[in-house]
Amino acid sequence: MTTTGQIIKNKSVVDDDWSLLRLAEGDAPESVAVPAGKVLVPLTVWLAQRDALLHRADIGVWFASNERVEDLQDDAAKFSVIAVDFPKVGDGRGYTIATRLRTRFGYHGELRAIGEVLRDQLFYMQRVGFDAFAVRADKDIHDALNGLSDFSISYQGSTDEAQPLFSRVERGVAR
Amino acid sequence: MYRYDNFDHRIAAERVAQFRDQVRRRLSGELKEDEFRVLRLQNGLYMQIHAYMMRIAVPYGLISARQLRKLANIARKYDRNFGHFTTRQNIQFNWVKLQDAPDILADLAAVEMHANQTSGNCIRNTTTDEFAGVAPDEIVDPRPYAEILRQWSTFHPEFAYLPRKFKFSITGATTDRAAIEVNDVGLQVVRNAQGEIGFRVLVGGGLGRTPVIGTEIAAFIPWQHILTYAESIVRVFNEYGRRDNLYKARIKILVKAIGIDEFRRQVEADWKFTKDGPGTITQSELNRVSACFTAPDYEKLPENDAVVAALLQSNKSFANWHQRNVSAHKVPGYAAVTFSCKRTGVAPGDISAEQMEAAADLADRYSFGELRVTHMQNLVLADVKQADLLALWEAAKANGLATPNIGLLTDIICCPGGDYCTLANARSITLAKAIAERFDDIDYLQDIGDLDLNISGCVNACSHHHVAHIGILGVDKSGEEWYQVTIGGNKGSPASVGKIIGRSFSFAQIPNVIERLLQVYARERDEGERFIDTVRRTGIEPFVEFVYATPVAVDEKLLLPDYEAQGKGLPYAVSLYSPRF
Repeated sequence: MTTTGQIIKNKSVVDDDWSLLRLAEGDAPESVAVPAGKVLVPLTVWLAQRDALLHRADIGVWFASNERVEDLQDDAAKFSVIAVDFPKVGDGRGYTIATRLRTRFGYHGELRAIGEVLRDQLFYMQRVGFDAFAVRADKDIHDALNGLSDFSISYQGSTDEAQPLFSRVERGVAR
Repeated sequence: MYRYDNFDHRIAAERVAQFRDQVRRRLSGELKEDEFRVLRLQNGLYMQIHAYMMRIAVPYGLISARQLRKLANIARKYDRNFGHFTTRQNIQFNWVKLQDAPDILADLAAVEMHANQTSGNCIRNTTTDEFAGVAPDEIVDPRPYAEILRQWSTFHPEFAYLPRKFKFSITGATTDRAAIEVNDVGLQVVRNAQGEIGFRVLVGGGLGRTPVIGTEIAAFIPWQHILTYAESIVRVFNEYGRRDNLYKARIKILVKAIGIDEFRRQVEADWKFTKDGPGTITQSELNRVSACFTAPDYEKLPENDAVVAALLQSNKSFANWHQRNVSAHKVPGYAAVTFSCKRTGVAPGDISAEQMEAAADLADRYSFGELRVTHMQNLVLADVKQADLLALWEAAKANGLATPNIGLLTDIICCPGGDYCTLANARSITLAKAIAERFDDIDYLQDIGDLDLNISGCVNACSHHHVAHIGILGVDKSGEEWYQVTIGGNKGSPASVGKIIGRSFSFAQIPNVIERLLQVYARERDEGERFIDTVRRTGIEPFVEFVYATPVAVDEKLLLPDYEAQGKGLPYAVSLYSPRF
């Protein structure tokens, strides 16, 4: 069990009291003990212990990058927090998981990036629908905040702004 | 060509500021190399043997004279006076210092250029036909769509960390000069029975370690929907493309693994959420972008220029150049001219700052101030009056840009190879030089005719050796450089993957191997038949038989100390043949 301490949420650094359950070697999703309090559990644990966890309001779920939003089926709306793990910076599946959760499954709760979450990836993460960032512990979270404002406009639509630039503004013509 | 509006300028400026800060943090140690690597790659910076290499985007190969002058300036200021054109119609500088990179990006932004996504596992520069807009066989000018694709893919937040790089290519002509069959996504602009414009979409083509010809996923996607459709393709790839093995991560492996029908089903299942949504291209956006690609002010001229016709009879060297370096134009009295960057003794695709400036001046004078970088690593002036051809030829000659070898054996596509690249098993540039020297006889080259010869220094196939008529691949055998030879590849209309002729050869044998292949061709060819056509007709067997019939001699000259000194593994302090050293 780890707690994340502070996270970036809605563009500011806030204290965070959710803890993150990661399966240790030998842990089985069906039998691992889910502690009391606000806990983000792996998707596999949620699916295996769904009946037992269903009544708890303080449960969130997190996706590994190789897991599918579809596996959550209609449960997305039950959570106030869903997290997506980035096992390494170069594993970009989390961006599509977020896109699908937000635009296909209508998830409106907190969407948190966990794992290798660094300043220079935050802008894209924010665009696809993340609104909370558990910045890697060894990094200065206040510095990371700057990453959210690298660009003031974008060409293409995404979760944050569905309209591409050409539909949102009067673009110039050749001079 | 496309011109930035205030929004493009703002995005470019914000990119420069972002990278400047990232470089600052790298130099201060705040960012570790493994964190910085993905950031620098998406700004075109590779670490090579001697220095950083910076790859600058030339979107769909189109460049203005002003931009080319800026590149000349960059070559002088930050490099060793040279640039190198690439097969994705970009340009590379090989001697860049990290601390200079942000300033280079700022210089580029001033002339509406960038190095965005020229490397990394993201959507790369879209390539197209170097004769787009002027080719007589063109149905629709692909450039507005290429620009729309550029903007859509630039900093696409969902697709910056794909399983592997991702390449689009687009053609609007009946002859495919954009190699759409060997790109991750190939787009062919077509008209349907109602005359509406759309795209035939190919997916899963690619070269590298596993060459695959793309498969049609859709026969007709109306142009309005091409971004949402492309987005669904890339999204499915992002989710399901393999990430456990670098060599199996391209979309071609995914499409092969699940089959085109299942892949199409997944794409369409995703597309139904976005089709007709906000990503649909509007007529007004297409109009706005298309307005940048209108025809220049052509004069009304006769179909053929009489002076040129006379010169073709009286001046053999002009006629040689005209035959190879001048292409047909859809407008009467005009022609497209290719400047060869394949002079014997110069690394294929290399261009000096002085040549860039000369080419820019000639484009201003003779071709409405625009040029195109070709995937063959040459430069095109697309709108030249035939009446100006003689003057242009003289000027190009004076600047070393008029080698009459376009499409011939010495128009070699070549990667940096072992002389520069950390991935290479063998030297490419040096071998290209040896080949060019051996066959440096224009009459012989003309007699052999159309022949694509490509040299890749390793299996990553940057020089597309699989789709060359003669492909040469550097391989490593117990730390020594050897070369495997394929024949029968073709880059398009239709594309085919070459077949390996047999066991590999040493560096010094290769010119003789090529000579033997050409002897078989000369013996077997029918009247007017190109090398590739002969190979297709006879199969590779007669070639294999002759090449391996007796031991292939080494070219003694290539064993002399000055050639030997260029061997991989020897200190690079020795003077290599490239003028850059």
